Order: sequence, then structure tokens, then C-alpha cells
Amino acid sequence: MSRRGLTAAFAGLALAGLVAAAALHPGPARSQAAPAPAEPQLVARGAYLTAAGDCQACHTAPGGQPFAGGLPVKTPFGTIVSANITPGGIGDWTPDQFYRALHQGVDDEGKHLYPAFPYNYYTLLTRADSDAIFAYLKTLPASSNHPNRDQLPFPFNIRFFVRFWNMLFLKEGPFQPNPGKSAEWNRGAYLVEALGHCQACHTPSNFLGGPKRGQAFRGGAFPGWFAPDLTPNRRTGLGSWSRADLIEFLKTGRNAHAQASGEMGEVVADSTSHLTDADLDAIATYVTDRPASPAVQVKAPEPAVMRQGEAIFVDSCSACHRMDGRGTPRFFPPLVGDANLQQRDPTTILRFIEGGVATTPTPSAPTPLAMPAYGWKLTDDQVAAVATFVRNSWGNAAPPVSAGQAAKVRKALTFGPGPTGAAQQHGRLAHPGPETWSTPNTMSSDNGGANAGRAAPAGAGSGAGNGGSSQGHPAG
Amino acid sequence: MATRLPNVDVLVVGFGWTGAIVAQELTEAGLNVLALERGTWRDTPIDFAPTFDQDELRYYWRHELFEPLAHETLTIRNDASQTALPMRRLGSFLPGINVGGAGVHWNGQIWRFLPSDFVARTHNVSRYGKAAVPDDMTIQDWGVTYQELEPHYDTFEYICGASGKAGNLKGQIQAGGNPFEGPRSREYPNPPMAMSYPPTLFAGAATQLGHKPFPHPAANMSRPYTNPLGVQLGACTYCGFCEKFGCGNYSKSSAQTTILPVLMRKPNFTLKTESEVVKLNLDSTGKRVVSATYVDASGQEFEQPADLVVLCAYILHNVRLLLLSGIGKPYDPQTGQGVIGKNYAYQITSSVNVFFDDKILNPFIGAGAHGMILDEWNGDNFDHSGKGFIGGGYVGVVQTGARPIETHPTPEGTPKWGSGFKQAVAKYYLRAMSIATHGAVMSHRGNYLDLDPTYRDVYGRPLLRMTFDFTDNEHRMSDYITDRAAEVARAMNPASIKVNYRKGSWDVVPYQTTHNTGGAMMGSDPKSSAVNRYLQSWDVPNLFIMGSSAFPQNPGYNPTGTVAALAYWSAQAIRETYLKAPGPLVQA
Repeated sequence: MSRRGLTAAFAGLALAGLVAAAALHPGPARSQAAPAPAEPQLVARGAYLTAAGDCQACHTAPGGQPFAGGLPVKTPFGTIVSANITPGGIGDWTPDQFYRALHQGVDDEGKHLYPAFPYNYYTLLTRADSDAIFAYLKTLPASSNHPNRDQLPFPFNIRFFVRFWNMLFLKEGPFQPNPGKSAEWNRGAYLVEALGHCQACHTPSNFLGGPKRGQAFRGGAFPGWFAPDLTPNRRTGLGSWSRADLIEFLKTGRNAHAQASGEMGEVVADSTSHLTDADLDAIATYVTDRPASPAVQVKAPEPAVMRQGEAIFVDSCSACHRMDGRGTPRFFPPLVGDANLQQRDPTTILRFIEGGVATTPTPSAPTPLAMPAYGWKLTDDQVAAVATFVRNSWGNAAPPVSAGQAAKVRKALTFGPGPTGAAQQHGRLAHPGPETWSTPNTMSSDNGGANAGRAAPAGAGSGAGNGGSSQGHPAG
Repeated sequence: MATRLPNVDVLVVGFGWTGAIVAQELTEAGLNVLALERGTWRDTPIDFAPTFDQDELRYYWRHELFEPLAHETLTIRNDASQTALPMRRLGSFLPGINVGGAGVHWNGQIWRFLPSDFVARTHNVSRYGKAAVPDDMTIQDWGVTYQELEPHYDTFEYICGASGKAGNLKGQIQAGGNPFEGPRSREYPNPPMAMSYPPTLFAGAATQLGHKPFPHPAANMSRPYTNPLGVQLGACTYCGFCEKFGCGNYSKSSAQTTILPVLMRKPNFTLKTESEVVKLNLDSTGKRVVSATYVDASGQEFEQPADLVVLCAYILHNVRLLLLSGIGKPYDPQTGQGVIGKNYAYQITSSVNVFFDDKILNPFIGAGAHGMILDEWNGDNFDHSGKGFIGGGYVGVVQTGARPIETHPTPEGTPKWGSGFKQAVAKYYLRAMSIATHGAVMSHRGNYLDLDPTYRDVYGRPLLRMTFDFTDNEHRMSDYITDRAAEVARAMNPASIKVNYRKGSWDVVPYQTTHNTGGAMMGSDPKSSAVNRYLQSWDVPNLFIMGSSAFPQNPGYNPTGTVAALAYWSAQAIRETYLKAPGPLVQA
């Protein structure tokens, strides 16, 4: 939702909240009076902070009501399911309890929350900001979703053990401004650390799932993704981006160098594109002020692999990315000097090659751009060869990619069921087998999004469709 | 029993090029627009991805993108002495289906008609006398002028990102462009495409003969382009898989690549796919369309009411729906009365194959509208006195590619099988090219569309029947311009040429063009036209009918540019005049 849409939405919700709050009568067992209706400015501030904190991304299941929870989050320890933070889930919490959750990572009964909920970053929030977020969440329509949240295997299902994790990795806030830095730097630090929690993805984590000390922003590995280096390293980080590049990227999801997709595409769409220009400036000031990560030592790739990779590139990639790797900025991303391409960990680009990648259309850039999947067409050897080739051409230099790495990413690519219910191996961007051909009774509102072409719900003027007919033709 | 649905402001029937144009324009005016498409959703990254898109067998030969004849076809005959039979395999023309329609699989040959084309009857009679237009050549003036359409041609060219060189800027002839074209207000949005060897050779020879070749106007991007709606297109890669294929590089203009990304986000626009309109329902006066009946994929019937209906279902389905719904007076070729189905026309084409021993042409480098053209013998660009025909066509080399199954030209005298054939195919694949002619078809009282008396579709409705043949006018004209093409071919100093005149009756088997026109023609007089100059039905003022069904006859250029310009012109009339005072826009 656009910022304007968000503002309009909150206005409606605030009114609803005023009515709902009045109706929320505590029962006779409680001694407190009915809570006062929230002030509109507080709720508006809370809406903005909620967008900055990108709570929606984790607290919304695919196709589910926003903030109603139920999203399974994969961690190395198992799958954690997010909570319902609409009034249907936390409606009877107090502001104190909400602050404790953000600040100390415990719920209203004092039970530990898992740090998949990044409270080790949200702990930096001020009490006032916590109250504003809570006030906004209270205005959301209540969902009765109660996901089963205890799905971790033994011993991780014992929440008590989180206490030990906290001893190592939780440094309770709130955020302490650095007196030696500008107000803008400190605002940027607050946005990045307390709200954006960028390090939760972009900093390497150790085997306990905590951030590695001394490696802030040097990139983070996840199943099927590698969130890139954000230090000023000229090759792997943001060093070749101007300040304006960085701000444009956060605001629109694209710049002359790169386009946000996947997880970061969601971050831009739900979070950073809603921030004010001043806040984006502040983030740029903070993010760029740190030492560059050390240069990655690169072993020269084998000439035979480069030749094989080049042949594949010419046939399969050059139509969009061009023979000189320059692509079309803000359309087909340039590969020359592409930082994401040159990470020491090639997981992300292997994912792009094998599973394809779609950028999220926006009102200002509405074209639904996607790179198709090649996993069905190329073997692991071939994927590795072309990945090595692009990582080491046109001045790029990055460690060669092995077939084993390509195989590992192939296994990690899991997509939900396609329109006919059959699981999709490579997602909607792959070779159009029956599950990816056009689906019946599609909804116009889905165009450009992840759900493009999905079947309209029953009752939208049509009966059960002829799912995934092999020719994409009407029945009959 | 059909389920009745809530009313909408505008119902768009069919969602190809004109459906997208009209829906975009009318949603901009704030109306709630619903489009019903009998096919399915398709979009560039999913359905035309370059990982599988250049598959000649699947798309060119097995017709995956075209209308499935098992669902609906038409019956065809050359004249009334024959019994029309169902066309059971696509050949001469390739109607589209699914979102984007034929606009997905066209070449991107984007033309304007000549100013004189819009007044074909008046112009030819005044220049050559009444005898130049025989009684049974039923051509008519359009009721709209080139000047009136010029801004809308311009709009479409900029929406598409057309690549070309203006030949006439506000009356000033420009070097390198088409010196015969009507005046245009500004340059093309993109420069011409880069020319490969075959069109370059042709242009060189043509210039030596004193002609004025110019780049074919192309809805293939010569460079990355962002159109006025903010939609982005990529640069064409000259992959040679344009016509009959979708484009995976976002570099061929289509509804998907130019309009849909913006239109589909609008809250006041809804698209329902797999919803086939089977009838338009009139009120008891017969002067108002109140709803459309449509059938969904499960066979359920629905009645969709609307205040305004725009028929965008392609000429063949437009005319058929009008006949099935009892709108307008069906044409009777015996009496000459009636208009629905009248003046069906097509295109007459021919070619000259040119063979070289000493040149490698790399014919596989191609794009849909990548070529060099001569317009000297189109329209009334030359003196027809004493020639026995009117009209003309363009001549040129459009190198769309050389797909391997399709492309095996051999010189005159080559054996048709065996080792001699194989040697010639192997040698000449890289050394042969073709000059094409693309000619007008004048309307004739015996060429028309009506409902078949025998054959029916899956719903029990009569199929459309097409009665069409070329007349002497077309053959004389086509032979004349084929001879002109052969002259240029000889001037290229080839090893040999092969002149392929279009002979005999129109044959539905070989592919020619998908330029079907007429059947619901526009005009100034309700007695001799189906729609007025704004494409509004004379009989049912809240019905507008888009598409080449509006053409009274078919000039010597591809129709899509004019189809789109008329759609924009009509949409403007709806927005600026009709919506303020619904009713007839032209007093009969």
C-alpha cells in the first residue's frame, strides 16, 4: 500500500478504532476503566513506525489478513509461525506488556518470544514509539486467526532456553544517540537499528542465530537467499552507489545498478517506500558511515568453465543483459559491477538463475518485469558455469561457483502449490508446465503481483474453472 | 437460467488491442469498466518467456497462440455458387484469443492509411471518372478524414513506441521517410530499426532505380522505451520470432507491453476471463442494448447489464455477434440491401524470391517490421489511367526472420525432392530473400459475411459464413505491383529470381495475412453503413463497435494502426460528447 493509501487507511481505521474502543468494555473482573480512544496523531505516528519496522512482512500469511499472523518463518532451528498482532491476537494487552515484548522479548504471560521476532533490534525503540505502534495496531480490524505457533522440534520448543540466547545477544535498549555524530546520523541509526532491523538479514549470524560480532552489514545467509554486503566495499557492497542511488533504491525499488526483488522487494514495497525523504537521507548517512568489508580473495576461474559459461550466456542471457553485460538500467539490470552478483556467497544469484526473479511493479514503474527460471533448462554444472562467467566478466571478480552450490540452492527452492494444487518445482517463472499455464477466471487486481493469474474466488461470477488446461484455451 | 449480475457503466466485449485501449480511456474518465474475455489471462514473463518462446513447432505450426477451431470456426466459400464448409485448420488468417488477442502474435507492422484512402470512392471517381469504380465494386467513403485521425495515430504510435522515420512533417517532405504519407504532426517516438543485409540490398537497388525506400514503421523497439503511461519496453533483439509468437523481451507492442500494467491496477477496472459473450440483449424497442449474456468455463450462464457496451471482439466475432443478436439489418447480396456483413474485404499479397550465389544474407536476423519499403505504387500514389484497376500496395523486404522449418526457398527448376532438393535448401537458406507486395482489396457486392445455414458452434449458434474472392481489380493491381517488385529484384543482380504472382481464386490454405475487414462498416449514411463516424451503432446508440469491421474496404497497408486510431477517436467522442448526453452522436 502506498503511503497515501496507508494514511487514508489509518484515517478510516482511526475512526473505527474510536468506535471500537468505546465498545471494548472490560468485564466486571477488571478494575480499570475503558481505555480512552487513541489520538489520531499517535495512531498516525504508529502507522508510520509500523511501516518503518516492516512488521507486516512477518506478521502476514500469504493471502492472509495483514498483521493477523500465521506466516511460517524458516530458521536453522525449525519453523516459527508469526503471531496475530491485530486486536484479535493482542487486543487485551496493555501498552506496558507491548513494550516488554519489544524491549525484552517476552509476551504478556512472561514467556520468552523466539528471536525470529527481532526484539534484539526492536529493544532500541523508545517507549513513546512503542506506544504509538501499539496504538496503531489496536485500530486494525480484529482477526480471529490463532495460528499454531509452537512448531519447533525439541529442544528448541523449550522457550526457557531463549534466556541463554538473550544473555549472549540481547543488549536492552532504548537507543542511545552517539553524541559525536550528527542528528541526521543518529536518526538514521535509529531507523536502521531500532526499526528497519536491517542487520537481522544483512549481518552474518553464528551457529546460534545471533549476529556475528564485528561483521555488521557484511551480508547474511538464509535458505535460498544471501542478503548482500551493505558496507562501502566497492565490489560487494554499496561503494559504487551514490547517495542518490541508495535513496532511489529504498524509495522505488530500483536504480541504475539494481532492482529489488524477493524479500527486499517486499521490504521496499511495505516499508522503505513509505519513509519520508528526510528519513531516507538519514538512513543513507548512517549506512554509508562505516569501514568497507575486506576484499574477498578470488581464485581465478578455470578457462574451460569460463568458455562454457560464456556460451550459455550468449544463448540464454545476452538477449536481456546484452553481450557487454550492460543490460538496460532500471529494466534489465546491468551485470557489470553488480554487487549482488559478486557476493562471496552466490546463493542469491543461483536462486535468480534457477528460479527466476520478479520485481514488484509500483504505480510509477508498473511493468511486471521478471527474469524467467532456467533451473529446468540448465544442469547444475551449466548453472555453475554461467554464474562463474558473469561473476568474472566485464571487470567483475568473485569466487567461482560449484555445481554443488547450484545443487544446494535447487533443493532450497521450494514454492507453494500452483493453481492446480500441484506443488511447483520452480515457481511461476519456470517452464510452463500445466501448473503454470494461464489459470481460469483470473483477477485483474492481481496483475503484476506474485498472484498474477491466480483463479478468482468462487462466486465471482464463475464456477470451478478448467484448471490449467494444457493449451490455455477455453473449455469446450 | 442466466444469473443476473449488478450493472456496470461500461462493458467491453473481448480484451485484445481495442479492448485495452477503450478500457484504459474510459476508466480514465472515471467509469466502472468490466471487460469480458472468453480466453485466459496471459502476460509476458509467464507466457512468452524467452526460455521457451522461440519454439517454431509449438507456436508457428501447432498454433498454440491462435483461436482454437475446435471451439469456434467459420465456414468459407469463394462465391454463392459454392457451399461453404467449415475451416478445420487455420491457414490464410490467424485470429487470436486470450488476453491481448492477435495483438500478441502480430508482427508489429504499424501503418497509417493515406488521406485518399478515407475517401476512396470520391477520390477515384473524381480523378478517373465514374467508370473507374464499377457498379459491383461497392467501395465507400469512411465518414472520417485522415486529418481527424492524425492525433490518434500519433497517440497510438507513442503508446507503442513505434520505430520509424517521418516522411511528411506538417507538409514538409523529409528525406529518408515515406514521401507519400499523409502529414504527421511529429516524428516517431523511436528511430528506425537497424537494417540487416537483405533490406539494405533492396533499398540500394530501389534507390538506383530512382525510387524512395524508407524504413518500415515498426512496433518493435529500436531502443528501450518508456511510453506516456510509464510502461517500459525493452530493445528488440532481432531474434526473428515475431509474427505468430509472443515476445519475451517486452520489445513488441501489445496490450500487455503498453497498457495493461497500468490498466490492471485501477480499482475501477475489472477483467473476467473465460467468460464468453454469446449474445447482446436489446430492450423491447430494439434501440438499446441492456446486457450481454455470457457463459463461463463451467458452462454457467450470466446476464451482465451495462449502460454502455463496446464490442471489441475482432471483426469476425463482432459481425457474428451483431447478426446473432439481431442488431442492424443483415446484408443480402441479392438485393444489395442491409449492411451487417456487407463489404467484407481482405488483402492480396504476392512475392518475388531472390537468390544469390555470392552473398551471405543471414536471414535469421529479423523482427516483425524490420525492413525497407517502397510506397510508389500504393493507394493513388501513381497514375492509374488505363491500367484497369484502382488501389495499390506497398512493395518491400521485411526481414522477419528465417525460422528453420518454414524457410527452405529454392530457385526455379530445383527438384521438389531428393538430393538435388536438399543441396539447394542447404545452399540457399543463407542466400535467399524475398520481396513482398501487400495490396488493397476493394469491396465487392459478392464478398460478404453472414450466418451459415448448416453449421453451428458448441452453443448451437450458427457459425459465421465468409463468402470472398479476389476480383479482376485485385488481380490486375497485384500483378502490376508484383512486376514492379520483380524490376527491383533484377536490379539487385541476383543469381536468379522467382516471381510468385497471386493466381486464381482466394485460397484459404496458405497463410497470407490476418487482415480481415468490413462487415460493420462506418459511414455518413445509416442506409449504407452500420456505424457512424464515431463507430457508434446507428441502430443502438449505446453500442460502439471497434475494429477493422469498420473499414468500408481495405487499403494497401496493415490495419492495426488505423484500428487503434479509430478506437482512440471513438473513445474521445464517448468521453467528450456521449457521456455528457448519451444518444446518437450523429443525426442521420
